[in-house]
Amino acid sequence: MTMAEGDLAVTETAFVRRTTIAPRPPPAEMTGAVAWLRENLLSTPFNIALTVMIALLLVWVIPELVKFLFVDAAWSGSDRDACLESVQHREIGACWPFVWERLPYFIYGSYPIPQRWRVDMFFVMLAVGTVWLLWLNAPRRDLGTIYFFVVLPIASFILLSGWAAIGLQPVDTVLWGGVLVTIVVASVGIVFSLPLGILLALGRRSRMPAVRTLSVIFIEFVRGVPLVTVLFMASVMLPLFVPERLSPDKLVRALVGIAIFASAYMAEVVRAGLQAIPKGQYEGAMAVGLGYWQMMRLVILPQALKVTIPNIVNTYIGLFKDTTLVFTVGIFDLLRTIEVARIDPKWATPVTSTTGYVVAAIFYLIFCYGMSRYARAMEARLARGDRH
Amino acid sequence: MNVADNSAPLLKPAKLNTAVAVELIGLNKWYGDFHVLRDINLKIMGGERIVICGPSGSGKSTMIRCINRLEEHQAGRIVVDGVELTADLKKIDEVRREIGMVFQHFNLFPHLTVLDNCTLALIWVRKMPRKEAEEVALHYLERVKIPEQAGKYPGQLSGGQQQRVAIARALCMNPKIMLFDEPTSALDPEMVKEVLDTMVALAHDGMTMLVVTHEMGFARQVANRIVFMDEGQIVEANVPEDFFAHPQHERTKLFLSQILQ
Amino acid sequence: MSSELSAPLRPARVVFYNDPRFRSVVYQLILCAVVAFLIYGAARNAIDNLARAHIASGFGFWNDTAGFDISQTLIEYSPRASTYGRAFWVGLLNTLLVAGLGIFFATILGFVVGISRLSRNWLLSKVAGGYVETIRNLPLLLQLLFWYNAVLKTLPDIRESIVIPGGVFLNNRGLFLPLPIFKDGFGAVEAALLAGIFAAILVYFWARKRQQQTGQQAPVLWITLVLVVGLPLAMFGLAGFPLSFEFPQAGRFNITGGIEVLPEFVALLFGLSIYTAAFIAEVVRAGILAVSGGQTEAAYSLGLRPGPTLRLIVVPQAMRVIIPPLTSQYLNLTKNSSLAVAIGYPDLVQVFTGTVLNQTGQAVEVVAITMLVYLVISLVTSLLMNIYNSRIALRER
Repeated sequence: MTMAEGDLAVTETAFVRRTTIAPRPPPAEMTGAVAWLRENLLSTPFNIALTVMIALLLVWVIPELVKFLFVDAAWSGSDRDACLESVQHREIGACWPFVWERLPYFIYGSYPIPQRWRVDMFFVMLAVGTVWLLWLNAPRRDLGTIYFFVVLPIASFILLSGWAAIGLQPVDTVLWGGVLVTIVVASVGIVFSLPLGILLALGRRSRMPAVRTLSVIFIEFVRGVPLVTVLFMASVMLPLFVPERLSPDKLVRALVGIAIFASAYMAEVVRAGLQAIPKGQYEGAMAVGLGYWQMMRLVILPQALKVTIPNIVNTYIGLFKDTTLVFTVGIFDLLRTIEVARIDPKWATPVTSTTGYVVAAIFYLIFCYGMSRYARAMEARLARGDRH
Repeated sequence: MNVADNSAPLLKPAKLNTAVAVELIGLNKWYGDFHVLRDINLKIMGGERIVICGPSGSGKSTMIRCINRLEEHQAGRIVVDGVELTADLKKIDEVRREIGMVFQHFNLFPHLTVLDNCTLALIWVRKMPRKEAEEVALHYLERVKIPEQAGKYPGQLSGGQQQRVAIARALCMNPKIMLFDEPTSALDPEMVKEVLDTMVALAHDGMTMLVVTHEMGFARQVANRIVFMDEGQIVEANVPEDFFAHPQHERTKLFLSQILQ
Repeated sequence: MSSELSAPLRPARVVFYNDPRFRSVVYQLILCAVVAFLIYGAARNAIDNLARAHIASGFGFWNDTAGFDISQTLIEYSPRASTYGRAFWVGLLNTLLVAGLGIFFATILGFVVGISRLSRNWLLSKVAGGYVETIRNLPLLLQLLFWYNAVLKTLPDIRESIVIPGGVFLNNRGLFLPLPIFKDGFGAVEAALLAGIFAAILVYFWARKRQQQTGQQAPVLWITLVLVVGLPLAMFGLAGFPLSFEFPQAGRFNITGGIEVLPEFVALLFGLSIYTAAFIAEVVRAGILAVSGGQTEAAYSLGLRPGPTLRLIVVPQAMRVIIPPLTSQYLNLTKNSSLAVAIGYPDLVQVFTGTVLNQTGQAVEVVAITMLVYLVISLVTSLLMNIYNSRIALRER
């Protein structure tokens, strides 16, 4: 009692398909740009109204932005006249000559010009270290870790602040400024916060009550107060707590504040990673006879850190943005150099401030957005369970 | 079959308006460019129990999800108890009121107790007073043999218990047709039986059921017809005895050889 | 051999320095000793250094005359009569004001943007996404400086203020708003508002009871609106409109009358709200995504409409996931308000750790008090959050 093909309905009787139905392309209304528009932008009256409003907003904002940055911008000149409407007889957008002239100041601060090669070398060394650590297929990454966390800090310190004995003229930190300071502060934060954070996290999970209590107090205290107050504390109180002859200079005080602050937050991130490691790992390591530090170094921490790399990178992004706060204790980071430069009477125009902030924005966007893309890529990688 | 034995059928499934419970006519669906359902023709009469089986990716889940508009079809017609399913929201509401669905992953509401899970729709859709709704809910919880769990939260129950609550929740709305989307696939083996027993009892009460499953023992027990789907189309359909004993199509034979020990 | 077997069994003797308990005690003792030594050394040095600089110690300064002016004071304060202690309260209130308003605006904006990111409207979700990505990757200080220096300070000066209909002046000295003057009859309006709220609560419970008993639903939302808004409005009319405004008047060099809102306050509020909203948007988005799609499918298949599904199924589950990180963002906003020092808004840090510290030189006390305030706010919030979490946790086996 087999039904024939083409009968509209299959009922209680048996049915066997004779010819396979080949896949067909979807009907025209479903595909193509028109269908997509209808589906995503114009599906309901509310949606249509929304689309229209946003489109209007974009049509207003984007050309204005392009006009400011490119079309109306002044590109060359030597002082404010290049960017003044009254002089140029047209509407002026961004004042790029201001940026060209002050760019070295933004990058090096007041670092003596003949010694600036040292700063460049520092940037290169840092870049090498960063790539070495972040590129997952790089050779000898364990050496890279030592390079980044031990060799680099020492070498950079000597290079940047100078050592008369080997012919590097000492350069006082007061002269450092701009991107140099931002990168130094961020790097110190990054380099110190991870090891310190690991120690604090281990301390917080320790079974020794004194260790645990001290760790908890430290972490909760630092996380409960604003970074500004930590910096004030470091900058104002640190000189009080050390004997007069050892009084640390301004930059060092800010660095201490940043390092303390960052390690407390890193501690929580590492702690989350440690909690994610199943108990079996601890037990297996102990069963094999590993001591506490060996277990941590060889079994637990590598896994914990790998699992929380996205969170670590997010913490670093926050740290990078937080470096701007050294502004409030008188350190000349990038933002402060821009602040100083924009009120220079030589370049006083209505657009100078905005231009300066645009430069800062570009800098931070590149770094922070770059880091967040890296974090996302790592997250995707971990989700796929890649081995490296 | 002990679940059906010790209680008279307390469930009287709601009566259908027409003889044909569900009719799929020339049903086609695409996901982007992928032609997931191809020219499906299927007619299910009231009171029938249809088991739909097939390899994964064959479109069986998609097909039954089209029936209560959890998925939209692009070509063809779906008629449920005389009501044609279109983009019309009123029609969709009407159809969904008549159909109950049980999901592979239960989809119980974790923040509500078992009892509240069942009474939610009664109170907010059928606008019943709370006491009446709770009585109905307890009735069906007894039917699925777990009235004592009424005050617990889904997270506190085993998988099998959760799925039975899901069945009770669907039954509370007094549906005319029940759809099951791989109801036992996410369960540990020892809990599959309790859920299947509940479904068998339901079948014996006369409920129209559309079940996507790999449980061939269940199919042999209660199904009127078994429909085999592959690559988005119905390949073969037959009564269970003939389906298992004399599969006609090559692909049916291949599939059966893979899933039957 | 037999003697070994018949000897009473005892745990093996461990050399004391290998016993983990002994070691643990020793480590802790060493740690405490080191910490104590550091603290002692630091204290000694501090006392020496302070004495050398002739700076006092102790909290006596609290009652000394402040002698400096504060540009925004919510309570009575005068440079000549008020104490440092008073200045502390002024600063603290300013912090709470900007933090409170910031939290309010950031929450609204954050929820709107977060939900927009999940919208089916491609344009809307991309624009919301762009906002979040850009704002989150720019330092808050940069945004604050931008609002303050590049936007507010570049507004026209007093004589050419931007005039917004309704008696609002915007210029580089600030935002001038009409000052509401409450006349005698206004008390009745306030009473009507309270009565309206009270009545709305009663209606809510009555409607719930009614639904439980009869299943019928009442339009509670509309009724609430009528009661809370309509009743006071009606009373307002009946009492003869007992509200007048003192509009700011543009004089030759000044604007008199009205409320003057500092540009520092506006910049800080803007910056904090917009920045934190971007983070709140992500928290909201994550919370909504955390509710599995199967929940809405189950609700729909039971016949629930999208509105009730959102209200009864999605939002309760989403809020569980949203509230802890949301509170964390609120705390961040409160701590970030300390950036007021960079633009001169007289918040707690600026007034106390800034001016007062400069004048008294008592760094330790001043910084310690400031940190204590924030610490208390943080710890109390954490405590409340933990209580909330344990009460709301989904019960599992």
